[in-house]
Amino acid sequence: MYDIKALYEAKSTANAVELLLQHPEAVIIAGGSDVLIKIRDGKLAGKELVSIYGLDELRGVELDGEENIRIGSLTSFSHIHKDPLIKKHIAVLGEAVNMVGGPQIRAIGTIGGNTCNGVTSADSASTLFAWDAIIEITGPDGIRCVPIEEFYLGPGKVDLRPGEIQTHIIIPKASWSGYKGSYIKYGMRNAMEIATTGCSVNVKLTRDKQTLKDVRIAYGVAGPIPLRAKSTEEKVRGRAVNRETADLIGELVLGDVNPRDSWRAAKDFRLHLCQTMAVRAFEEAVARAGGEISG
Amino acid sequence: MADEIRQFKQVTCTINGVRRTTMVDVRASLTDMLRNDYRLTSVKKGCEVGECGACTVLIDGEAFDSCIYLAVWADGKDIITLEGLEGPNGELSDIQQAFIDETAIQCGFCSPGFILTAKEILDSGKLYTDDELRKLLSGHLCRCTGYDNIFRAVKKTMLRRLNKPVPEEFFKAE
Ligand code: FES
Ligand code: FES
Repeated sequence: MYDIKALYEAKSTANAVELLLQHPEAVIIAGGSDVLIKIRDGKLAGKELVSIYGLDELRGVELDGEENIRIGSLTSFSHIHKDPLIKKHIAVLGEAVNMVGGPQIRAIGTIGGNTCNGVTSADSASTLFAWDAIIEITGPDGIRCVPIEEFYLGPGKVDLRPGEIQTHIIIPKASWSGYKGSYIKYGMRNAMEIATTGCSVNVKLTRDKQTLKDVRIAYGVAGPIPLRAKSTEEKVRGRAVNRETADLIGELVLGDVNPRDSWRAAKDFRLHLCQTMAVRAFEEAVARAGGEISG
Repeated sequence: MADEIRQFKQVTCTINGVRRTTMVDVRASLTDMLRNDYRLTSVKKGCEVGECGACTVLIDGEAFDSCIYLAVWADGKDIITLEGLEGPNGELSDIQQAFIDETAIQCGFCSPGFILTAKEILDSGKLYTDDELRKLLSGHLCRCTGYDNIFRAVKKTMLRRLNKPVPEEFFKAE
């Protein structure tokens, strides 16, 4: 038995909004792989819950009329991993979510929950940052959309106002079309692990594969919330695809990241990881985009 | 708390092929419901926080940790526990027999969970590499066997079901 004060099961997205307004103290539960564990821990014991787990309308992946990829917030990691649209257009997201926990956790864990708990180590978050994902939120005033970078307000804090739930994650066509990505997770073991640091890079090359048209570098656990290495991106955009550029990325990212000491790893080690992972993820992304880095 | 009101919900689901209905406390996990209401005690309580896999059941064909799944969510779902693998005359399934043959069981606490994850793997009809199999089995802890025998039991059953040759060393225990 869980220590739950009351459970309200939403019948539809609109009903979820109503329930949240009626019970302003209630916590939203999606798959529960965070919330139920926090109840066991005592951190969320005795709370009212609004369950949105039953809302099948928020499951699945589709392309809209403009070929933006729309991922229902309740889609499980295992379904994202297997999804043909994800495999075809943004394979790296399917790979990143396949590194979350173990198989049973991936069956229950949802991508919406992974982003709504606001933690920096979420395996999906850095990749969604790299894809410039848009978060669709439904609330009492209808639907609003915010870029994922603005959705994260601080550790454990996201931009959800009273009565609001996250309903979709959108990867705009402009963000995915022509890009290839790679995600690296560093952890102490291969399964059931929280990332020490995660790095997701995607690139777009010119037709001749010689020049970097665009690059996006994102991190988990390189700061209090997931972040983008913006100044690095600016400085290397337009450079030739070669070893110097790869090494330059490794140097520059140190100016963008801000990891800290924790029981999982020391700050110095994380800085080393940030550097090495950016270079390796960049090399892999370039290879996937058909480019070549010699040496 | 004096003002505490217990909240119940009727849950109807298919368990091991039979449609069943019960009233559950909304605070119950699926493990609680399966063990307490249906006496399906193959569903083990290990960590109860989704770490060990001892409570694994199949829900609509996918392996879930039933300890971190609210019982009320099971409404309308198709659930399989280890008891559901038994044949009409109490026969063991191929994967259970392979666990015995490969000595993949010692205390047995992890076995029901492992076998259900194995069932999902085997029912997919796919041929997995050793690395893929290890990853697919990685949501379970076993404190006795050292995993190798479990891995062999699953691999052997996969190869047999796909009519692939089973390497010689797999037979030494039989
Ligand atoms: S008892 Fe459910 S995962 Fe350990
Ligand atoms: S056989 Fe004892 S825990 Fe696996």
